[in-house]
Formats: sequence, C-alpha cells, structure tokens
Amino acid sequence: MEGIGYKILGAILTTVLAFVVGMFYGGFSRKIIARIQNRVGPPVWQNFLDVLKLLFKKTSVRYGVMHHLAPLWMITMSVTTLMFIPILKDGLFFSNLNFSGDLIFLLYIMVFGSLGMALGAGATGNPNSAIGVSRGLTQMVGFEIPWVMALVALMIQYKTTSVTGLLDIQSQSGTWMMFSSPFAFIAALLAMPGMFRYSPFDIVGAPQELASGPVSEFGGKYLSTMMTSGSIFAFVKLTLYVDLFMGGASNLIELVIKTFALYMYPVLWGAVSARFRTEQSVRYFWGWPAFFGFIALLVAAF
Amino acid sequence: MYNDKESQKIVDIIQNYARKHSLFVLAYGTGCGAIEIPPTMTSRYDAERFGIRGAATPRQADVLLITGYLATKSLKRVIKVYEQMQDPKYVIGFGSCTINGGMYWDSYNTINVLDKYLPVDVYINGCMPRPEAVIAGFVKLQKQIQAGKADGWDKYKKNLDYYKENQKKVITNWVMPDFNW
Repeated sequence: MEGIGYKILGAILTTVLAFVVGMFYGGFSRKIIARIQNRVGPPVWQNFLDVLKLLFKKTSVRYGVMHHLAPLWMITMSVTTLMFIPILKDGLFFSNLNFSGDLIFLLYIMVFGSLGMALGAGATGNPNSAIGVSRGLTQMVGFEIPWVMALVALMIQYKTTSVTGLLDIQSQSGTWMMFSSPFAFIAALLAMPGMFRYSPFDIVGAPQELASGPVSEFGGKYLSTMMTSGSIFAFVKLTLYVDLFMGGASNLIELVIKTFALYMYPVLWGAVSARFRTEQSVRYFWGWPAFFGFIALLVAAF
Repeated sequence: MYNDKESQKIVDIIQNYARKHSLFVLAYGTGCGAIEIPPTMTSRYDAERFGIRGAATPRQADVLLITGYLATKSLKRVIKVYEQMQDPKYVIGFGSCTINGGMYWDSYNTINVLDKYLPVDVYINGCMPRPEAVIAGFVKLQKQIQAGKADGWDKYKKNLDYYKENQKKVITNWVMPDFNW
C-alpha cells in the first residue's frame, strides 16, 4: 500500500516538475534568442503569463468533438510518456513506471501526441492546418528514421530494451553512451532539432506562410493546453536523451544542468538559421543522420 | 464561493495582470502605418519586453492593430477578423486616418471615424506615429486593462445594433452573415 502511495505522489511531483521546468526552458530560450538579436527580451516567466491569460479567455468556437478532444489528447499523451521515463536514477519519487521493453513502447507513444493534433487540426477544416499537418507528418518520416536507427543500435549493442537497463549499464561501466556508442549518439543528436521544431525545422507551424499551421483555429483554453503539453513534452524528450546517452542524473540539479545544455543545441541552431522547405528538411534527415545511424547499426551488429 | 464579491475581486486582479502582460497582436497592415510595426517589434524598440508578441491568426489574438486608413472594401474584412477574435479583445486605432480620416478625409471610398464601426480602445495619433508612440499606446492599453476599463468587446456586444447599422450604411454589397463566428 505504501508503495502505491509513493508512486502516485511521485507521478504528481513529476508532472509538476516537468511543467515548471519546461515552461522556464521556453522562457529562457525566448530570452536567449532576444539577447542574440540584441534585444532585451521578455522576462523568463513570460510563458506562464501567456498560458494563464489564454486560460482566462472566453471561447465561442465549435468545430465538433475532435476539436475539443485534440488538446486533451495531446496533454494526456505527454503526461503518459512522462510516466514511463525515469527522471532520476535512484530516487524515491522520480523513478516512475518502467518495465522491460519500455523503449519500444516509448518509440510508439511519442508520436501519439502529434496524431491527436493532426486529427484536431483536420476537424477544424482550415486549409492552413491541413498543409501544416501534411508537412509535420512528412518531417516525422524524416527524423524518425535516424532516431529509430540509433535506438535499435543501442538495443542490439547492449541486449536490453528498457531505459533503466541502459541506465544501469552506464552506471556500471562508468562511461556515458555518447562515448561508448558514439555513432548512435551522433545520429540521435542530428535528428533532435526535428523533434523540437525550432528553425530551420519549424516548417510545421511557420507563422509567416501557414499562419501557425495546425493550431491556427485553436485559441484560448485550447492553445493554453497545447502550450502546456508542448513544454511537458520538451522536458520528456530532453530527459530521455539524458537517460539514454548522458548517463541519467542522480539529483535534480544535475538533471537541470544536463537537460539545459542539451536544450541549448536546437535553440542556438535555430537562432542563427532560416527555415528549410519540406523537401530540404527530409533530405537533411535522410542524409548524414541516417548515414550515422546506419554506421551505428553496423557497429552494433558486428 | 465563485459569486462572492471579494474572491471575484481577487480573480479579477489576477486575470487583468495576466492579460496586461501578455498581448498577442494581430496587425492589420494595409495602411501605410504598417511600416512602423517591424521596428517596433525588432531589436531597436523591442516590444517583446512588455509581453507584446505577434499572433498569426484571429483566433489566438488579443489586440487588433489597425494601421492607417480603411477603404470600405477592407473594412468588411476587418469586421470579419474582429468578430472571429475571442473575447476579451481590444482594438488599437493607429495613425490619424483612423481618428478623423487624416489625409483621406474627403475620399469617396475610405471611412473617416473608425469608432463608428468598431469599438476602439486606444488611439495613437500621428502621421505616422513613431515606434515610441506605438509603445506608449500599448502601455496606455495595459493601464486600461489593469484598471478593467478596456471593455470595447463588451460595448460591441451590447450596442451591436448601432455598430451593424453604421457598418451596413457604408458596405453596400453585404454578402456575408450578420455575425461572423
């Protein structure tokens, strides 16, 4: 009975932590981009204010059931994914649910949020949304290939399909996987900006061409829920990368330092580059990232 | 609890604080005033300091920024856009043309006083207003929101007949629903 209580408390704590950290990361990235452009920029808690204001907006738009369900679907999927990722290596609260084979499960469930967004955007009937969804799915085909190659290479090389198993191997051998299997790390790292959708890979929600793409008909509470879900999911992805390649974290300060260092890579790349077209983006992902993923598979298999 | 006056007051303070510091702006830039928006948003004047940020669609926007003169043809589109925005929403009239017609005051196809057709919360005068003036206008709007006095959207709902009558007077080929959701 006590175990269940700790698990529930841990789940709530993890969700709050992911929300707060994800939101502050968004604020920091806006501030850093502003400093790069020689501006002062908004305060770091600006994203909290945005979400709060959007929650207080009234809504009088109805497009059908899926339009209402899409933001809920997205936030449910973000929190579900979060529940299967060990936040800390050996904490009382943050180990969360995990089982052998959860890496394969994570590969599946990580795309479910985008699927909900696609269905909701389709329900609104806005042409910009439809174009955004088709671009997003095309780009997903692009970055999923090197990402899956990297993960399969890890699974073959270390003969385990669980995130905690990979964490244990790293803490036993004492080296991070970014050093013990470098090609998989390079492939996963090159595929990472596609997941975060900063420039040059922000072809889905391009505000200038597509009027923010799939979310163009979502305002108020819907947009607020989507922003919350997005920041939780950013934290999920960063923590997964840290768990897989950077040896996990044994306390929260270490986790924040490692995830923030990793987060700066797509943000800083985005701050200095312009947007790709869809086919350029896919060509990029099927070029060097897929090549390194292939090398990683070869190294792992032989 | 929710109808309690004291707790409602606290909710109002939090609401207005959040609304004040997070303004998503939809710029309707057909007038010449649109040229002042890029410097306001970018490095030199940096409106993002105040939480002001561009919105891509009417559904996400809080502020409708009307830059300069409105031809009767474009007034129709502005009305559509305004009615698609979600409450609470604010309108900023930008430049002399929205106040009294400006240099187009005797033109046959532009409207002179914007306030007759849409409820304007803040006017920024000048031809053109410089970015400093634009930011001053936004700060004035923020003060109004904080005081709870930026209620143009409420006025529009209450006096819908008056506004519709004025709108239909200048738009002769009204081929759209009476209210655009």
